[in-house]
Amino acid sequence: MYPELGQFALILALLLAVLLSVVPLAGSVTGRDNLQAFARPLSAGLFVFVAIAFAILTYAFLIDDFSVAYVANNSNSMLPWYYKFSAVWGGHEGSLLLWILMLAGWTLAVAVFSRRLPSVMIAQVLAVMGMITVGFLLFTILTSNPFDRMLPNVPADGNDLNPLLQDFGLIVHPPMLYMGYVGFSVAFAFAIAALINGKLDAAWARWSRPWTTVAWAFLSLGIALGSWWAYYELGWGGWWFWDPVENASLLPWLSGTALMHSLAVTEKRGVFKSWTVLLAIVTFSLSLLGTFLVRSGVLTSVHAFASDPERGTFLLALLAITIVSSLMLYAVRAPVVHVRSRYGSMSREIFLLLNNVLLVAATLLVLIGTLYPLVLDYLDMGRLSIGEPFFNLTFSPLAVATGLLMGAGVFSRWKKTDGGWLGRKLLWPLAVSLLVTTVLMVVYGGFKPWAFMGCFAAVWVSVATLWDLWDKSASRKGRLYGLKRQSRSYYGMVLGHLGMAITMAGATVVSNYGIERDVRMSPGDTAMVGDYQVEFIEIGDRQGRNFSAQYGTFVVSMDGDAVSILHPEKRQYLVQRSVMTEAGIDAGLFRDVFVAVGERISDDAWAIRLQYKPLVRWLWLGSIFMAAGGFLAIADRRYRVRDKATEKRAATTPEPRGDAAEALS
Amino acid sequence: MHPIRRKRLTIVLFLLAGIAVAVGLTTYALRQNINLFYDPSQIAAGEAPLDVRIRAGGMVEEGSVLRDPESLKVEFKVTDFNASVLVEYTGILPDLFAEGQGVVAMGRMADNGRFVADQVLAKHDENYMPPEVAEALERASAAKLKAGDSSSADTAY
Repeated sequence: MYPELGQFALILALLLAVLLSVVPLAGSVTGRDNLQAFARPLSAGLFVFVAIAFAILTYAFLIDDFSVAYVANNSNSMLPWYYKFSAVWGGHEGSLLLWILMLAGWTLAVAVFSRRLPSVMIAQVLAVMGMITVGFLLFTILTSNPFDRMLPNVPADGNDLNPLLQDFGLIVHPPMLYMGYVGFSVAFAFAIAALINGKLDAAWARWSRPWTTVAWAFLSLGIALGSWWAYYELGWGGWWFWDPVENASLLPWLSGTALMHSLAVTEKRGVFKSWTVLLAIVTFSLSLLGTFLVRSGVLTSVHAFASDPERGTFLLALLAITIVSSLMLYAVRAPVVHVRSRYGSMSREIFLLLNNVLLVAATLLVLIGTLYPLVLDYLDMGRLSIGEPFFNLTFSPLAVATGLLMGAGVFSRWKKTDGGWLGRKLLWPLAVSLLVTTVLMVVYGGFKPWAFMGCFAAVWVSVATLWDLWDKSASRKGRLYGLKRQSRSYYGMVLGHLGMAITMAGATVVSNYGIERDVRMSPGDTAMVGDYQVEFIEIGDRQGRNFSAQYGTFVVSMDGDAVSILHPEKRQYLVQRSVMTEAGIDAGLFRDVFVAVGERISDDAWAIRLQYKPLVRWLWLGSIFMAAGGFLAIADRRYRVRDKATEKRAATTPEPRGDAAEALS
Repeated sequence: MHPIRRKRLTIVLFLLAGIAVAVGLTTYALRQNINLFYDPSQIAAGEAPLDVRIRAGGMVEEGSVLRDPESLKVEFKVTDFNASVLVEYTGILPDLFAEGQGVVAMGRMADNGRFVADQVLAKHDENYMPPEVAEALERASAAKLKAGDSSSADTAY
C-alpha cells in the first residue's frame, strides 16, 4: 500500500509544481502581490512531497520490499544496509528521483535564503524553477515510475545492485554531482527572470553569483569523486577516460567556470551582461544535455541504466523546449540591455574575457568530441570513436594557456592596468616559477615538453596567487592584520586558483611520470615498479557478505625496507555472477603504489598490474581546494549583512585594495 | 572609431579567434584520432586499412583463446559467425572477457592478416552487448540469409 502513497506524493508534487510555475508568474505580470506571495509556500510544499516520495522509496529499499519492481531490480537482501540506502539512486528511476529531490531542494533554498530580493524577482525565479520541476516530474511519472509494482508475483529476492556500484564512491558521487548539475538551474532561473524583466543589472549578478558558486563547488567535488572512484574501482588506475559520460559532467563545469567569472565582471563593472546571461542559459542546457546523454540510453556505459527509446525522446523534447524557449527569450530581450562602463584593452575585464574565450573554446571542443560520433551514428554515416588522444591533444594547450593567463590576471586591475607595471610585477614570479619547474623536472627525472608546460603553468598560478596575497596583505599594522583584512571572497579566489594549480600539477605529473607495468607473477616472485620492489607473497580465498574473493598478499618495499602490505582482490559477486577487481593501493600525498590482480595464467601464475602514480592524489586534493574556495567565497560578509557600517565604508573609501580582487573568486 | 564600437570589435575578434583556434585544433586532432569500426567480415574481405588504428569487434570464438604460459601474450579469434579474425594482445584482459562474449579491440592490422590489439574492451555487465558488435552480428546473419544459408544463421543468437 505505502508504495502507492509514494506515487501519490509525486503526483501531488506535480500539481504543486504546475501551480508554482503559473501562479507567481501571473502575479508578477499583473502586479498582484498576493499571487506572487504564493511562490514561497508552494516551493516548500513541493519540496515536502518530493521528500516524502524519496523517503518512501528509501524505506522500500531498507525493508527489502521486492514487490516494488525498482527495488527488486537494484537490491538484494544480502546487501549491507548502507548499499541498500545508496541503491536508491543506483538505477534510472531512483537517480531521477534524486535529481528531482535536489531540484526541489534548491528551489526551497532559493525561497528561504533570498528574503531581500524584490518579490517580483523571487516570484519569477521560483516560477522558472517550478517549470523545470514540472518537466522532470512528468518524465518520472510518465516514463520512469520508481514505484511500479510486481504484483502478485513478488520475487523471493532482488536482482542485486551492480557490483561496480557497491562502493563508498557511489554513496557520495551522484548526490554531489547532481547538487552541481541541478544547482545551475538557479543561475538559469535568475537569468530567465532577468530577461523577462529586462533588468540585467549588477544587483542581478550579485544575487545569482553565490548560487552559481555553490553549484560549481558541488560539481567540482562530484566530478573529482567520480574520477577517484574510477581510479580505484573501475579503471585499473586510470582517472579520466574522456568517456562521453565523463564529458557530460565536464561540460557544465567548464561553462559554469566561465559563468562564475563573467558574473564577477557583471557584478563589479556592469559589463558582459548579455554574455553572462547567455552563459547561464548554456550552462544549464549543458547540464540537461548531460542528463539526456547519460539517462536516455544513447550511450552505453556504467551510467546508462536503461535503453528505452520513449525516455530518450521525452528527455530530448525537454532539452529542446528549454533551449529553444530560453534562447528565443534571449534573442528578443537581450538587446534591451545597455552597457555603460568602459574599460581599457589591458584590464582585469580583458583578462576575464580571455578566460571566458578559453573556457568556451574548451567547452566546444569537448562538446564536438562527444557529440560528433553520436551524430554520425544517428545519421547512419558510420560508427567511429574519438579517443583519448584527441582530447589530450586539444585540451592540454587550452589548459596551459588558461593557467598562464590566470597567473597574470590575478595582478591585473579593473578598468585599466598599465602594461609596463604588470610586466615588472610578473618578472619575479616568472623567474621563481621557472626555477621551481626546472627543479621539479630534475627531481622527476627527465625533461618532457608537455610535462614542463603543465608543471610550469601550475607553479606559475600558485606563485602568482601567493605573491599577490603577500602584496595585498602588506600593512602598516603588520602582516597578520593585513592578512585578516582581506575579504573571504578574496581568500575564496586564492583557494580556488591554488586548487586548480594542484589539480593541474597532479594531472601533468601522473600522466608524464607515472609507471605502469603488466607482469606475470607467481607467489615468491618480485618485480620493480619505479623505485619500489613488489613481492608476491601468496593468494588465498576469502568470503565476503555477498561475494567470494581471491585475496592476494603483496609486500611493497623500497631499498630493502618494507613500505606496506597490500591485499588486492578479485571478487566474484554471487547474485549477478560478475567479477570485480579490487585494487590494493598504498596511498600517499606524493605517490601511490597500486597493485591489481588480473587473470590466472597458469596454475600458480597470475597477470599482475603494478603502477607507480606520482602526485595522483593531487588531482582530487585540488578539487577539495576549489570547492572550499567556492564555499568560502559565498560566506563573504557582503552576501549576508549589508549593515550600515559596511555601506558607509564602501561609500567613503573609493576602492579598498582587497575589494578589487575579490571579484575573481 | 567610436570607443564602444572598438571595444565591441575587440570582443568579437577575441571570440572569433577563440573559436577559430578551437575549430582548427579540433579538425587537426580529429583527422588523426578517429577510430573507425570494422567487423570480422569486412576485415576478411580486406576492407580494413593496414597500420591505421581501428576498432574491431565481435564475439570471442569458443575455444580460440590461447595463452602463452611464459608471458602475458594472448591470442583469440573474434567472429561474427561469418568470418573471423585472429587478435593478438599483450597485457591484462578485462574482468568480463570470456569465450562466447562480445568484445571490442583497438589496434592495428598487421601484414599477416592478424589484428594486433593494444586495448581490449569487454562489456560492463551481463546484459550489455557493444552496439557495434550487435550490429555486426546482425549484418553477418543477414548476409548469410541472403546467401540461402538460413539454417546456420540461427546459431548467431
